[in-house]
Amino acid sequence: MNGGPIDLNFIWFIIMGLLLSSYAVLDGFDLGVGALHLLTKTDQERRLFINSIGPVWDGNEVWLVTSAGAMFVAFPEVYATLASGFYPIVFFLLFSLLFRAIAIEFRGKEPMAWWRRMWDISFSLSSILTAFFLGIMVGNVAKGIPLNNEGEFTASLNQLFHPYAVLVGITTVALFTMHGVIYLAMKTEGALHAKIRRWSRQAIRVYILCYALMTISTLVYLPHMADKMRAHPLYFIVPLFNLLAIANIPRQMNRGKDFQAFLSSCASMFALIFLFGLGLYPNIVLSIPYPEHSLTIYNAASSEKTLGIMLIIAIIGMPFVLAYTISVYWIFRGKVRIHETSY
Amino acid sequence: MDLLLLSRIQFALTIAFHYIYPPLSIGLGVILVIMEALYLVTKKPLYLTMAKFWAKIFGLTFAIGVATGVIMEFEFGTNWAAYSRYVGDVFGSALASEGIFAFFLESGFLALLLFGWDKISRPMHFFATLMVCLGAHFSAIWIVVANSWMQTPSGYHIVGEGMKARAEIVDFWAMVFNPSSMERLTHVLMGCWQAGAFLVLSISAYYLLKKQHLDFAQSSMKIALGLALAASIGQLMSGHRGALVVHQYQPAKLAAFEGHFPTGQPADMYLFGWVNEKEEKVQFGVRIPGMLSFLVHGDPQKAVTGLQAFAKEDRPPVNIVFQTYHAMIAIGLFLIFLSSAGCLLLWRNTLFESPWILRLFVWSVLGPQIANLFGWMSAEVGRQPWIVYGLLRTSEGLSRNVTAHMVLTSLILFSIIYSLLFMLFIYLLNKKIKTGPGGHGSISEEGRHRA
Repeated sequence: MNGGPIDLNFIWFIIMGLLLSSYAVLDGFDLGVGALHLLTKTDQERRLFINSIGPVWDGNEVWLVTSAGAMFVAFPEVYATLASGFYPIVFFLLFSLLFRAIAIEFRGKEPMAWWRRMWDISFSLSSILTAFFLGIMVGNVAKGIPLNNEGEFTASLNQLFHPYAVLVGITTVALFTMHGVIYLAMKTEGALHAKIRRWSRQAIRVYILCYALMTISTLVYLPHMADKMRAHPLYFIVPLFNLLAIANIPRQMNRGKDFQAFLSSCASMFALIFLFGLGLYPNIVLSIPYPEHSLTIYNAASSEKTLGIMLIIAIIGMPFVLAYTISVYWIFRGKVRIHETSY
Repeated sequence: MDLLLLSRIQFALTIAFHYIYPPLSIGLGVILVIMEALYLVTKKPLYLTMAKFWAKIFGLTFAIGVATGVIMEFEFGTNWAAYSRYVGDVFGSALASEGIFAFFLESGFLALLLFGWDKISRPMHFFATLMVCLGAHFSAIWIVVANSWMQTPSGYHIVGEGMKARAEIVDFWAMVFNPSSMERLTHVLMGCWQAGAFLVLSISAYYLLKKQHLDFAQSSMKIALGLALAASIGQLMSGHRGALVVHQYQPAKLAAFEGHFPTGQPADMYLFGWVNEKEEKVQFGVRIPGMLSFLVHGDPQKAVTGLQAFAKEDRPPVNIVFQTYHAMIAIGLFLIFLSSAGCLLLWRNTLFESPWILRLFVWSVLGPQIANLFGWMSAEVGRQPWIVYGLLRTSEGLSRNVTAHMVLTSLILFSIIYSLLFMLFIYLLNKKIKTGPGGHGSISEEGRHRA
């Protein structure tokens, strides 16, 4: 099974990275719009916020569902270990996603102010919590998990909300908020657009601060995440690229090029997830303090035959997926306006 | 309480609640496709009004279906980790295929269906609706394939031993076309079409009784009645074929359906009854002697395997399977009667003036929902004590690292949230029905409400 650097297991590790990156880049901005939702006060502006993500948020979330399905089939040990080990966090995340979907759907169904306020709060809080819990999971995986020889662990809430994990959680919220504010800049016009551009400067500053803190903590407390970079200094291109991408965001915003800023933000997210994957490889779940129990891309994977079949399925399916995703974004391109079928 | 029981209750609750919605989306999807096609062919504005109104109801059921469905994708791992490790190679393939082939298709074109009325041309909109409907059907295909593999596993081999044993695919197509998947898929899809058709019948009959939106209601009713009759009759036939597969591959389940204990003897069919599991017999029942033997063998004298052929620990709970199975059939027969009577009255031009049957139609929306729930209960409880029939026991599939306390907490949260969600759903559905379709006036009225 362990046949050279590029085998099916490695390909599926990369596919998982691409799926999760696509999820972060796409659902990231609509979660960010949710995080900013309460900062704007009028019903009209709040409707513009929700309708800016109206036609796309549901499709964006499918990337998370498909990532879970892909993890289930490609690395069932990882799917089972993380979902059961993170039991409380997974349900917090799922309840947040549930409330969020309902808030978006139900908010516009009644005109009463209290009804709309209730769903505004649900929408915003659940968006922030979704981002935060995703970050908590990533932080715990990066930190390493005490797996037993069955590949299982039971974590208490205290362990799961370890300071490093909380820092990653907050950084995720800051990252998605920045990503969302740039998206809103692309979708709005007039006075609202000017206001959002002002917010974008603060959002970028907050993110850079969180990112710096997270990077320092990672290097100090989780040196294993940077082992590969020390061994192969060529990989330093990636964090360098990441820094340039982040620095490019305010530059493009100042030039009024919101779309280029958005692309930079996407690029920086891809770079960040690449670094996360690089730090883990060839493990997917690192076991600390028992590294011999770690789940790797080999011992946690499905059979080679299944990985091969699923690769064919992905190759057949993905062009279609990209085609509809691009078409939907193309059809709903441009500044958002309220119609009779809007939320 | 016991971890196994709590985990089973939680899965049953979350899947049963979820399953209220996808059948409505699948059935309404078919009806939307028919309405938009009629509009494209005839250009009658009424069909467009109809499509727009039912699309709103569709949007509501779809949203809750997605929101509650996301949870299911993770619940195998959270509560059934050992099961997930055991079947990931096989079952995971079907689940991941559902994501790639169905969910993206549905969610992408759903945006066009709901928000695209003025963004794209009418034929393009019809295409979007068709794709959403197709996506919903693909979703049913993959999830039924996955579940059917748990009923009649094939195309796999077992690798490893003891705790490390797991199923791996040897033949993908044998896994997809396992012995029960196609029969069960037909049965599930017919149930979904019934759910959508009877929802449309119910709301249309309500309008007719209230003397509101008459043209709209009559036209909607005609379309839905055709689908309801076809699906209800088809359901009886597909159910019979499905039972033959159960007889061949899951004899303990078939025996539980009819409370048939003695083995090597002809089996009866009960119209109703109560299973005394201790004394291993059916009490207070009305039976047709030899009918089960006749249905599976074409000969009332031939023997059917009874529950006594199985060790006690290998038998499913009998009474609950018996009751849900019989209630499902009773409702199914009633729906055939109701849709045939509706068609007959329509043919004699008296349907819209017959309040008694319109009242029955108003309540008929519950029929497919209850029958779908009971059908799944008899299928899933009838598979017990196995999570994968004959291979892995339900008790062996649990997450061993999760505590009963954790499951109890999430179960309580689910119960509260889903109760509230259901009340909100009924409230909003009721509001949409009260607002009604109507011409342009009431559509922009709705628009102002939303604004």
